[in-house]
Amino acid sequence: MNQLHSFLGKLSILFGRRRFHLELDEEMAFHQEQAEKAFQAEGMTPKAARLRAMRQFGNATRLRERSHEVVGFSFETVAQDLRFALRQLRKNPGFAATAIVILALGIGASVAIFAFVDAALIKPLPYPNPARLVEVTESLALFPRGNLSYPDYVDWKRMNTVFSSMDVYTAHRFEFYTPSGTESVHGLQVSAGFFGTLGIQPMLGRDFLPGEDAVGASPVVLLRYGAWQKRFGGRPDVVGQSVNLSGVQYTIVGVLPKDFEFAPREIAEFFEPLRPTSECQKRRSCHDLIGVGRLKDGVTVSGALAQMKSVALQLENQYPDSNRGQGASVMPLSSAIVGDIRPILLVLLTGAGLLMLIACVNVSSLLLVRAESRRREIAVRGALGASRARLSRQFVTEALTVVASGSAMGLGLAYLGMKGLSRLISKDWMAGMPFLHGLGLNPRVLIFAACLAVLAGILFSLTPILHFRFSDMRDGLTEGARGSAGRLWRRMGANLVVIELATAVVLLAGAGLLGKSLYKLLHEDLGFRPDHLATLNIGLPSAAFSTDQQQVAFEHAVLERAGSLPGVQSAAATSLLPVSCNCNTDWVRFVGKPYNGIHNEVNEREVSTGLFQTLQVKLKSGRFFTDADNAGKPKVILINQAFAQKYFPGEDPIGRKLGDTQLSPASIREVVGVVENFKDAGLDQEQWPAEYEPFDQSPDGYFSVVLRTSQDAGSILPALAPMIHSVSPNVSVDWERTMQQNIDDSEAAYIHRSAAWLIGGFAALALLLGVVGLYGVIAYSVGQRTREIGVRMALGAQRNSVYRLIFGEAGKLIAMGIAVGLAGSVASAMLMRKLLFGVQAWDASTLAAVAGVLAASALLASYFPAHRAASVNPTEALRSE
Amino acid sequence: MAKKSDLLPGTLDMLILKTLTRAPLHGYGIALSIKRCSDDVLTVEEGSLYPALQRLLLQGWVKAEWKITETNRRARFYTLTAAGRRQLGLELSQFDQMIAAIGRVLQDVPEV
Repeated sequence: MNQLHSFLGKLSILFGRRRFHLELDEEMAFHQEQAEKAFQAEGMTPKAARLRAMRQFGNATRLRERSHEVVGFSFETVAQDLRFALRQLRKNPGFAATAIVILALGIGASVAIFAFVDAALIKPLPYPNPARLVEVTESLALFPRGNLSYPDYVDWKRMNTVFSSMDVYTAHRFEFYTPSGTESVHGLQVSAGFFGTLGIQPMLGRDFLPGEDAVGASPVVLLRYGAWQKRFGGRPDVVGQSVNLSGVQYTIVGVLPKDFEFAPREIAEFFEPLRPTSECQKRRSCHDLIGVGRLKDGVTVSGALAQMKSVALQLENQYPDSNRGQGASVMPLSSAIVGDIRPILLVLLTGAGLLMLIACVNVSSLLLVRAESRRREIAVRGALGASRARLSRQFVTEALTVVASGSAMGLGLAYLGMKGLSRLISKDWMAGMPFLHGLGLNPRVLIFAACLAVLAGILFSLTPILHFRFSDMRDGLTEGARGSAGRLWRRMGANLVVIELATAVVLLAGAGLLGKSLYKLLHEDLGFRPDHLATLNIGLPSAAFSTDQQQVAFEHAVLERAGSLPGVQSAAATSLLPVSCNCNTDWVRFVGKPYNGIHNEVNEREVSTGLFQTLQVKLKSGRFFTDADNAGKPKVILINQAFAQKYFPGEDPIGRKLGDTQLSPASIREVVGVVENFKDAGLDQEQWPAEYEPFDQSPDGYFSVVLRTSQDAGSILPALAPMIHSVSPNVSVDWERTMQQNIDDSEAAYIHRSAAWLIGGFAALALLLGVVGLYGVIAYSVGQRTREIGVRMALGAQRNSVYRLIFGEAGKLIAMGIAVGLAGSVASAMLMRKLLFGVQAWDASTLAAVAGVLAASALLASYFPAHRAASVNPTEALRSE
Repeated sequence: MAKKSDLLPGTLDMLILKTLTRAPLHGYGIALSIKRCSDDVLTVEEGSLYPALQRLLLQGWVKAEWKITETNRRARFYTLTAAGRRQLGLELSQFDQMIAAIGRVLQDVPEV
């Protein structure tokens, strides 16, 4: 009650401050007058009485202050401190700006990276009870997470006791017919319980019913919210209507919720029940499915893995032909989705943390430099009666002012950084990472930023307080005194600067090596000529092109039409474009060679007759395909050199035969030629053995077309879709790009480009921080040595020798930083060898360039204090002390 | 300022409250009254008096109003409130207890 009364009283006084002072003044004047009268009454002269009264009254200002202290809030002195701090910072704009910007950079980098970490690793998946969801796949020595085959899935689902439900999905494409042409749209085939396992209910209509994934059930489809909006105008009556997809009439049974996301196949627009109708899904050795399971209560991921492994082992014993070496993999769905980027993000977060640390060290060092230069002021204030607590609070206020401005600016930088980093991610990748859509300054990120700010605030407040605690304040009053604390800091600061410069060297070298890798990667000899090549993908609707003959006839017609386009020299087709991946593999067995069931995994491509000529791949031996290698003739293949070296070492492969694991007669094919290796795989992947089959003998409803042009390949792209549709309006055409675009935007190029930019960004920050740190130390040292320099010059030292003195001091630090940094660069480059391509960790030209850049910028930073030292006026320097 | 006789710490509030039980007074009057009543032994310094009055005002133990003195001057008069009266009782009893305790300590200790 009293507390409240007192608080309200203080509050009313706070707002009636002027009146309070007036009344107090009047009251005290009255008192003094009365006292004066009393003294006069005792017989004093008026003058003496007045003096006596005044003396008795003492320091009126102090008196008023004491009354004020009683009624004032404690925050009023804080406000005073704050005003003082702001005045101090305004008086030293250089110091203030540097400290704030450095801190902002540190906080900005850390918060931006943390936002990614939060979006990818901390935010849970958008399904109910997401921790119980796991990815279930087979596992091979070559592919730790290999796809499931349909028969294996059926057995796994039946034999396991660890999942409350288990379902599978596989990517699928549909031809979707619009008035403007046929589009190839992405879809997903899922087993009927898929959405139930995820815990997702359609927002309109219904989920798939059990049994709708059986062979012969009538075709039904679920729409993605976006597809419903874009392709059906968001009409609510769409449920129950039918839609023609790939020439088949489907009934739309429902629409998925707006916020539904499925990162492994985010681009899917249509979902249909998976029916085991394809050739692949009838075979146990053909793997094209990925499983999703929901763990039963009390079952752990490792428990589930153990059981699935034993199930896989049982199947391996039961079906040794097809299941040899097929283990099982069970991992949390979240790890399956973000597993690839987790290590990258954690490395980045560590890097950002280091930057933040360096930034904090630098700002502390700047604060120390300033505290040191204010030693006199502090000592005077102390001598005038300021308590240690009051002085300390002044430092705390100043530190917090810096932290507050730095943090605010840092948040802005973090926001920009997030935008910039998102731009480094390609659109295709972004589509695979829907969890990044929510990227932003959400409460978790803001809390993280607040924690950083609080830690920085504590550090910056304690630094000057401890500094003065350990040095006797009275030292400050003595003229020109330089305490041991100053020397201690110079030594410590110098060591820190060496570390900062070394860090900058390591990061710069990393960025340089990655940049060089990127260059090498993009200019690698691919084994074919990538210029003047245009590419596109064609999808044939399965209903209209159900037979091999139809597919072959269409392919021939398209290539013929394309080859006659003006500016096109030759046209060819392949099931998968070069520079894609080591994927679409085949498992082969050789006629006349011992076989023990091992995996002979080779890349398999179906190509048209003229592909190698169009790509300009050279023939090593044997012959290319001819038009005579068609469905009516015995099967033939071409192999690459890697194939010949691995499976026919020291033999002539021409005329040898191979087939599938059972050597079934239909699969037997003869090697008729060997071509030079060219990049089937990603740019940074190793060369695998590859076999090439004639498209005519093994056609497919989805293939790519490659055109060699005489003019710029890009100029022909717009003419391609109309040309294809003139052959058949029902096929879909997409991915009209030049080969060079494919290469530049390929995953490997993206990874290297992003890594180079990211490390480059960190390197730039580290360089800036290191140089600022060096400047701080040298400037501090020059400040302390002004008198010494004055004496030297008074005794006849030339300006040149002063420069030499300062540059000598800086040069020693720079040299040490570079030496330590170069050693660290080689070591860290060895660690990231995987990311390097065609560049050695100790690449001399990169390291030399890095050392040059660092030395130049560091010398520039020390030029300013050196110049100040050399411009010292000896008389002034001596007089001022 | 010369040291006259320092008040016992913590007693100033009590003295002011006690003085005000007789009649409302202005600051100078309070100081004068304490001085007179103590036969010039106790002198209240202005440096302590006014902060103390502010404190008592804030606690709600006294209230202040501007009035005209007999000499026709404006002065701020302090009046004891009911809460102030209760507080005075409390402080007096505490003070008595303390004086008694000090007295017991200072007494010649009887033979045991």
